[in-house]
Amino acid sequence: MIYQGKVHKYGRDIDTDVIIPARYLNTSDPKELGKHALEGLDTEFINKVSPGDMLVAEENFGCGSSREHAPIAIKAAGITCVIAKSFARIFYRNSINMGLPILECPEAVDGIKFGDKVEVDTNKGVIMNLTTGDIFKATPFPDFIQEIMKKDGLINYLKDKLGSGGS
Amino acid sequence: MGMTITEKILASHAGKEKVRPGELINVGLDLVLGNDVTAPIAIREFKKIGVAKVFDKDKVALVPDHYTPNKDIKSAEQAKILRDFANEQQITNYFEIGRMGIEHVLLPELGLVLPGDAVIGADSHTCTYGALGAFSTGVGSTDLAASMATGEVWLKVPPTIKFIYKGKMNKWVSGKDLILYTIGKIGVDGALYRSMEFAGETIKMLSMDSRFSMANMAIEAGGKNGIIEPDEITLAYVKERAKRDFKVYKSDDDAEYEKVYEYDVTKIEPQVAFPHLPSNTKGISEVDNIKIDQVVIGSCTNGRIEDLRIAAEVIKGHKAHKNIRLIVIPATQKIYKQAMNEGLVDIFIDAEAAVSTPTCGPCLGGHMGILAEGERALATTNRNFVGRMGHLKSEVYLCNPAVAAASAVLGRIASPDEINKG
Repeated sequence: MIYQGKVHKYGRDIDTDVIIPARYLNTSDPKELGKHALEGLDTEFINKVSPGDMLVAEENFGCGSSREHAPIAIKAAGITCVIAKSFARIFYRNSINMGLPILECPEAVDGIKFGDKVEVDTNKGVIMNLTTGDIFKATPFPDFIQEIMKKDGLINYLKDKLGSGGS
Repeated sequence: MGMTITEKILASHAGKEKVRPGELINVGLDLVLGNDVTAPIAIREFKKIGVAKVFDKDKVALVPDHYTPNKDIKSAEQAKILRDFANEQQITNYFEIGRMGIEHVLLPELGLVLPGDAVIGADSHTCTYGALGAFSTGVGSTDLAASMATGEVWLKVPPTIKFIYKGKMNKWVSGKDLILYTIGKIGVDGALYRSMEFAGETIKMLSMDSRFSMANMAIEAGGKNGIIEPDEITLAYVKERAKRDFKVYKSDDDAEYEKVYEYDVTKIEPQVAFPHLPSNTKGISEVDNIKIDQVVIGSCTNGRIEDLRIAAEVIKGHKAHKNIRLIVIPATQKIYKQAMNEGLVDIFIDAEAAVSTPTCGPCLGGHMGILAEGERALATTNRNFVGRMGHLKSEVYLCNPAVAAASAVLGRIASPDEINKG
């Protein structure tokens, strides 16, 4: 997939409590969760974000709780992909499993500023800063993970693997 | 080259002789876990896969502990999704309120996790069971859904970092302080994707409850799992609980470690993690006059009987400071009863504490002790992120149960040594 969008940039150790505060975890409705995306980090985010925008952050994005509500809220807020220097491991798994494209690329994070327009080719792992013209290459995913991403998540991947009839 | 305990458990559960760090493997699971926050999404996703039944009704544990007893209608509906699914699938290990406890305290207490097991849970603190010499790690809801269907999970074999603790711990120092100190040294991503193996003579002297506190917070350093080799203390704990066979794994002498850290624990004093990261630690003697509004003693990190005994020892004969709301939450029904029988609940109530039925409640800012704007809590929990316990402009400090109890009496963050000075 190729995505184009405007960048919202944040710092390091963005935890899942600020991505979606626990007071909203009494629902699993993506629409409801999307309304509160990043509320603990930036109360204005939800008013600034437009469908197609991207998140760029420093190290350890998504640390803390295992709540899958975090990537769900980000996706439901209209974010198409997240680029970070590194991801916390459960957030990384969750994003791949539920079909939110993520890319690990320290150089891109350093080379992209808040408000830049960026194009991302998730299949090739290529990130282009359309504002500056710089091009970056993200760390490639292992083949197995690419398979899951191509199927838009683990459930679709499993459905194909196990057959629709079930066991 | 030998293998670490983590590599051995993963190899055995992947049907392999040997695994190396970086290898992607499919791991067969002894138990998969979900709670009232994560399982509703997992159940929704499970139903999309198209399998009729979970892989093994005895190997799925569902514990509604985060927002229970149900805090509002929405949480009641989430908990009902678990209950209905547990009934429909005839899940053996579903724990209704009155029978439940905080998941990571309850499952070991019941002998549902044993040494050598491989466990995943849709809760980040699933790494707690490493204290038993099991491999356990937190995942999200979709992983839980897939594992409920297949009994397997894909994992990348983590490199291991070894942490060696030497010397005798000072008074009032516990496993909580060792892990806070460690996170303070290496940072909240200091063990990202790594296995954290805790070893050394100090660990061999450590109680099971303190070991659980340590393994519990491996995730706070970004770790995939935290693990301690089983010894006599572990075996004494599991002997009275195990209802099935288990296997004790130990790291080979020539196992490969990515890094080795050594700490002299005689230099470690009770630790306090300042807002807003668990790595933001200071020794208690470096803490200035920090006034607090609320003290929480409990959680999957420190809601065990040893924690309550230490807190009661410190607070006995005192009352919580007039400006303090003290909340004590035994982590399971069994611990609650034990605390009653030992007179600990009397001590807490005499100290004017609110003693609650088991729940994760305040730890994640769910219910049972939410902070207002500008308020400050000291808690024996595991996270002090922005807004973790309530308002975005509230603060959480983390510590062990002894410091929490002393601070409740004095109304500010304080050492237990200050209490009995007269």
